[in-house]
Amino acid sequence: MELVIASGLASANYWRDVWRYRELLYFLAWRDLAVRYKQTAIGVAWALLRPALTMMVFVLFRRLMGAERGGVPDVLFVLAAVLPWQFFANALGDASTSVINNTNLVSKVYFPRLLIPLAAVATAFIDFLITLTLLGAVMLWLGFPPTWTLIALPPFIALTAALATGIGFCIAALNVKFRDFRYVVPFIIQVGLFISPIAFSSANMPDRWLPLYAMNPLVGIIDGFRWAILGGVTPIDPLTLGSSIAITAATLVMGTWYFRRVERGFADVI
Amino acid sequence: MSSSSLISAEGLGKRYRIHHRGGSRYTALRDVIADALSAPFRRRAETTESEEDFWALREVSFEVRQGDVLGIIGRNGAGKSTLLKILSRITEPTEGRVTLRGRAASLLEVGTGFHPELSGRDNIFLNGAILGMSRAEIARKFDEIVAFAGTERFLDTPVKRYSSGMYVRLAFAVAAHLEPEILIIDEVLAVGDAEFQQKCLGKIGEVARSGRTVLFVSHQLAMVDNLCRTGLLLDAGRVRLFGSAREVIAAYAQKSQHRGEHSFEHRPGRRGNGAIRFVSARIVDQFDRRVDALVSGGAFNFEFVVANPSGCPLRAVHVSIGIDNAFGQRVTTWSTTYAGGDFAIGATSEFLVRIRLPRVALTPGEYSYNIYSLVNGDVADWIPPAGSFGVEPGDFFGSGQLPEQRDGLFLDDHSFSVETVTARA
Repeated sequence: MELVIASGLASANYWRDVWRYRELLYFLAWRDLAVRYKQTAIGVAWALLRPALTMMVFVLFRRLMGAERGGVPDVLFVLAAVLPWQFFANALGDASTSVINNTNLVSKVYFPRLLIPLAAVATAFIDFLITLTLLGAVMLWLGFPPTWTLIALPPFIALTAALATGIGFCIAALNVKFRDFRYVVPFIIQVGLFISPIAFSSANMPDRWLPLYAMNPLVGIIDGFRWAILGGVTPIDPLTLGSSIAITAATLVMGTWYFRRVERGFADVI
Repeated sequence: MSSSSLISAEGLGKRYRIHHRGGSRYTALRDVIADALSAPFRRRAETTESEEDFWALREVSFEVRQGDVLGIIGRNGAGKSTLLKILSRITEPTEGRVTLRGRAASLLEVGTGFHPELSGRDNIFLNGAILGMSRAEIARKFDEIVAFAGTERFLDTPVKRYSSGMYVRLAFAVAAHLEPEILIIDEVLAVGDAEFQQKCLGKIGEVARSGRTVLFVSHQLAMVDNLCRTGLLLDAGRVRLFGSAREVIAAYAQKSQHRGEHSFEHRPGRRGNGAIRFVSARIVDQFDRRVDALVSGGAFNFEFVVANPSGCPLRAVHVSIGIDNAFGQRVTTWSTTYAGGDFAIGATSEFLVRIRLPRVALTPGEYSYNIYSLVNGDVADWIPPAGSFGVEPGDFFGSGQLPEQRDGLFLDDHSFSVETVTARA
């Protein structure tokens, strides 16, 4: 085995190294989970409490606004959107600060740096899996059985993860050089919560706003989740879905490219 | 490049850009935007990018053969750490190339990635994975690692409750059980108690004897002498000597030039809250002339220019300067604790601390010093190795005879007297 180290050459075996270090990805994600739940009093219950509380706030909001009910219980209508939203928000939030939070590793050992934000997304994914049990419990309690549309859920979950990963790569890398981006992510998440169809339905969106509305990649994702979970009762719009997929693919490619381009300088500036 | 070499480095160089703006290495987006906006109004000649370039390493070439133990030595800032970072692939060289033939593992710090909240058991797996071991490999060596560290009883205790000695033992134990063909180690043995250091040395010797190749950076020449066959001496980023360990240690211990004044501006590794910051140091003789070295028995002043960024009056400023010899042994300490007590300074942005040495009692040789300062009991500025100086032979005893390095670590006033003992009948 021969390895040549020179300027710009580090990329030659990069993807092979990512594969070789795949266990590190597991350990990093496991570390974050273990530490998080060891330091909290109610541990895993947080993963359930947060979406449950968010859902209640939005259900209350819908009642106060007198939103029309489309044959689906409000609780389920909102929960189907809160779950992907929180998965996205957690994954993006953790991924974007992941590299600067692991300064000690970056400056002392070699491994493909992409694993750091990936581990953050993986951690958020585990939390998301826990919240799915909340969804199951609510469906059981309301007597609302899933239909065949549920098979579309895994692809939509993958789409959410890919979107958070793509943006996360970009911001994690930018954060190393410009710490300003720490303040950008909470802002994105705050605004996103209101412009995404969580408390409202995409069906209520006037047609003339649709092109602008479709620029938010979470619209297609959330509508997809609703469609899959609620058995096709809510509509799914090809325009917003197509736009979601296109934007996700573009950010993933761009994020990976940008991260790879700047990661070799991380140890020098971090 | 001979085919038997495991590592060949050819013309390695590493350039850093030094930003004079602000105190941190990362940039604020605001500055980039402001620069971009003002760029059209600035003439090209005004941008002095090249002046901000700093070569931490330049034209470094060497080869390491299978089974060699190479000691890398040099002063602080000579480029040792940069070289190790390049060899460990943490940072890329700006120019040149290195060819590694074999699996390399590096150990630039003991316990990288250890998490204080996790148990000893968890940390063994985590740290092993970070160092590049597979889970199966760690599981296989787990018992051996625990036995080496001697921490069986505390395996399920979070490492934050470990004593620092236990922590270091566990961390080193994981690293010691890596089985790379090339092992790269930085100063990690400078930790732990003497007994454990011996154990670590033994382990490294064992690794080397088993035919693996070790690169070892240390300030402790005795350790390099003990472990290494070949040596690489770096000076200001360049190779000054590449040869047998003994030759290299001798060359390092020799006096080098350009030392009368040291600036601490870009000193890496300094700590403290910055309430005061050491700017530069110089040595002057009793006639206030700047000199490069002390002379045994002579009178000298060490003068430190110190910045007081807040400009406010400060009370209770403590300063101590620790002096180490070329073998890393602490020889003496000059401290306000022993001489005059902590001092106060008025409202000023810069002040001068002068240490008077009426009669230097050090034997000839090379010394390095570190600076440690407290303001109101908090560490203000701590520069572990801050600089170095030489001591020339001088007439300490006023006898016309010059003491030498081999006479010992320090010189002590003494006298002899002889009495005739009357033989008893």
